[in-house]
Amino acid sequence: MRLEVIARPSLGRLIGFPAIALALTVVFGSSLALLAGANPFQTLGLILRGAAGSQFALLETLNRATPLIFTGLAVAVAFRAKLWNIGAEAQLYAGALMAVLLGTGALGWPSALLLPAMAGAAMLAGALVLLGPALLKTRLGVDEVVTTLLFNFIMLLFISMLLEGPLKDPMGMGWPQSSRLIPDARLPRIVDGLRLHWGFALALIAAILVWVIQSRTTLGYEMRAVGQNRQAAEFAGIPVGRVILKTALLSGGLAALAGFSEVAGLRGNLSLDLSPGFGYTGIIVAMLALLNPIGVVISAIFVAGVFVGADSMSRAAGVPTYIANIMLATALLTMVLAIALTRYRLRWD
Amino acid sequence: MGEILEIFLSASFWAAVIRIASPLIFATMGELICERAGVLNLGIEGIMVAGAFAGWMTVYSGGGLWTGVVVAMLAGMLFGLLHGTLTVPFGLSQHVVGLGITLLATASAYFAYRLALPRVTTPPRIEAFQPLPIPILSDIPLLGPALFTQTPLTYLAFVLVAVVSFVLFRTPLGLALRAAGENPAAVAAQGLSVTGLRMGAVIVGSGLMAVGGAFLTMSAFNSFFFEMVNGRGWICIALVVFGAWMPGKALLGAVLFGMFDALQIRLQQTSIGADVPYQIFLMMPFVLSILALVIMSRRASVPAALMVPFNKGER
Repeated sequence: MRLEVIARPSLGRLIGFPAIALALTVVFGSSLALLAGANPFQTLGLILRGAAGSQFALLETLNRATPLIFTGLAVAVAFRAKLWNIGAEAQLYAGALMAVLLGTGALGWPSALLLPAMAGAAMLAGALVLLGPALLKTRLGVDEVVTTLLFNFIMLLFISMLLEGPLKDPMGMGWPQSSRLIPDARLPRIVDGLRLHWGFALALIAAILVWVIQSRTTLGYEMRAVGQNRQAAEFAGIPVGRVILKTALLSGGLAALAGFSEVAGLRGNLSLDLSPGFGYTGIIVAMLALLNPIGVVISAIFVAGVFVGADSMSRAAGVPTYIANIMLATALLTMVLAIALTRYRLRWD
Repeated sequence: MGEILEIFLSASFWAAVIRIASPLIFATMGELICERAGVLNLGIEGIMVAGAFAGWMTVYSGGGLWTGVVVAMLAGMLFGLLHGTLTVPFGLSQHVVGLGITLLATASAYFAYRLALPRVTTPPRIEAFQPLPIPILSDIPLLGPALFTQTPLTYLAFVLVAVVSFVLFRTPLGLALRAAGENPAAVAAQGLSVTGLRMGAVIVGSGLMAVGGAFLTMSAFNSFFFEMVNGRGWICIALVVFGAWMPGKALLGAVLFGMFDALQIRLQQTSIGADVPYQIFLMMPFVLSILALVIMSRRASVPAALMVPFNKGER
C-alpha cells in the first residue's frame, strides 16, 4: 500500500473530496441527533437558526468568532513554520492578565493611550510565554508540543492563584474573579446599540497584517521555508533558530490578543471561565483554513457559528451541546483527509 | 522537616504513590508502543477520557468489572484504528490527527454521558475494584501495603511493563516493531509490512491508554466526571521521553511522578500548605514533567523515524 502523487488533480477531485468531507460531517452530526432522540433536520435547522437566524444570533456568532480568529491566526502562523504551538490557551490567559493588570486603574490614561498599551503589554506577555518552549526547542531540542500543552495547565493554575489572591475582586462576593476594568479600558462597540465590539475589527486587521507578513515580507518567506524543509532552509542560509523564535513571538502575541479582546471587549474582568478552550479550538480553525490567514477569518466564523448554534439548539431540542465539539472534530479529521486525497491516490500494490 | 519525614514513613503514602502511578503506567506503555513503531499518538488524552467513560458506563449499567475493562480497551482500540488509518497509510500530520482524536474522543464521551444521565449533578458511584492483598507479601512493613495491597488492575499494570519489555526486546515481533520506528525501509526490504506493524502498534497502544483511563473510574475515583483525566495523557507523553523509550525506565518515571503527586497532596495538609497557595502544589506535576523533558533532552534516543510517515517506493 502506498501513496501516489497526482500531478494535476482534476477540478472534481479538488472540490469533490472536501464536499464529501463536509457531507460526512453533517450526516454524522445528524445521526448523533437521532441517537439523542431528536429530529436531525430540525436539529440542524435549529443550529443554523441559532447561529445566523437573527441579527442577535449573527452578532453573537461574530463575537464568539473574535477570539477564535486570534487563536486561529496564532496557530496558523506557528504551524506554517512547523512550530507546534498547542499552548494558545496559556498565551490567551497571559494576554488577559496584562489587560486586567493595566486596565483596572493602575494606569489613569485616556482610552486612546490605554487600550494600545494594554494590547501591547498583552502581546508581549503572550510572546514571552511561547518564547520559553521555543527556546527549549531551538537550544535543547525539547519537543514543543508537550511543553506548550503542559504550560496551559500551569498558566491556568497561576491565574487561579492570582484570582484567589492579589487580584481577587473585593466586591466579587467571594468569587475568584478580578475587579472590573475602568470605562476607559473597555473596547467600545463598533455600532452603538449593537453587541459587537472593536475586538472583532482588530481581529480582521490582524488577519490582514498576518497575510501581508506571510506573503509580502522576507520573514514570511523564511517562515514558510523553515516549515517546508528545515534542512534545505538551513542550507540556503536562513537562520532557522532565529526564524522559529520570531515565529513564536508573533504566534504568542496573536493568541494573547484573544485574551485582551475578550477581557476589554466582552467580559470586562478576568475569571477562570474566560476561555472555554479557545486556544485548542484555534487549531481546528487554522487547519480548516489550511493555515491561510484570510481563511482563518471565515473558518473562525463557521466554527463559532457551530458552537453558538449548538448552544441554542441544545436549549430547544435537548441534544447535548457537546455535539458541536464532535462535529468540529469530525470536520477536522475528514477535511485533512480530503485535502490529502486531492493530492494523493492510495495504491494497493 | 519532621512532617515530611513522617509522610515518607507512612504506609498509606507509598500505597498512594503506586495507586497514582498505575493509570499512568498503562497509558505510558500504550504511548511507548506507538512511538517505538514510529507514531506519535496525541490522541492519548482523549482516549483516556473515552476509556474512563466506557469502563464506568459498562459497570454502571450492570456489567462486570472485567467486562468494563475489556469494553474500555475496545473503545480505545476503535479510536486507535481511526488514528492509525489516518496517520499510517494516509500519512496525515500526526499532530493534527492526534489532537483531533483527543477532541473527538473527549466530546464523544461527554456527549454519551449527558445522553445517558441528562440531569445528574453529582456523578453516580459504582462498585469498583477492591484492594486484593497478596498473602504473606502484604504483611511486609511499608512495602506490603504499598505494593501488595492494591487492586487487581495495579498488579496488571506491573505485569504489563514486563510483558511490553519482553515483547519489544526478546521477540521477532518486537524487533520488527522497533525497526518500523527506526528504519522502516529496512523493514519493508525484509518483506514485512510497515503499515501493518504501525497500525497494530497504534491500535494496541490506544487500547492500553483507554485501560489507563478506565483505572481512574474503576479503581480510583469510582465515578465519572468531566475534566477527570486533567492532563494525565500529556504527562504520559512526557514520561515516555523521560524513560528514553524504555518500558522499565518509563515505569520508574511513573512511580517517581506518583511520589511527587502523593507528596504534594499531603504537603497541602501540613504547616507548609498553610503558607503556600494550593495551586503551587497542583502545578508541581506539570512543572516536573517539563523539567524531566529538559533534563532528558541531551540523550538522543528518539526513535529515528518517529513522526516520519513511510511510503513504500519513495526515497
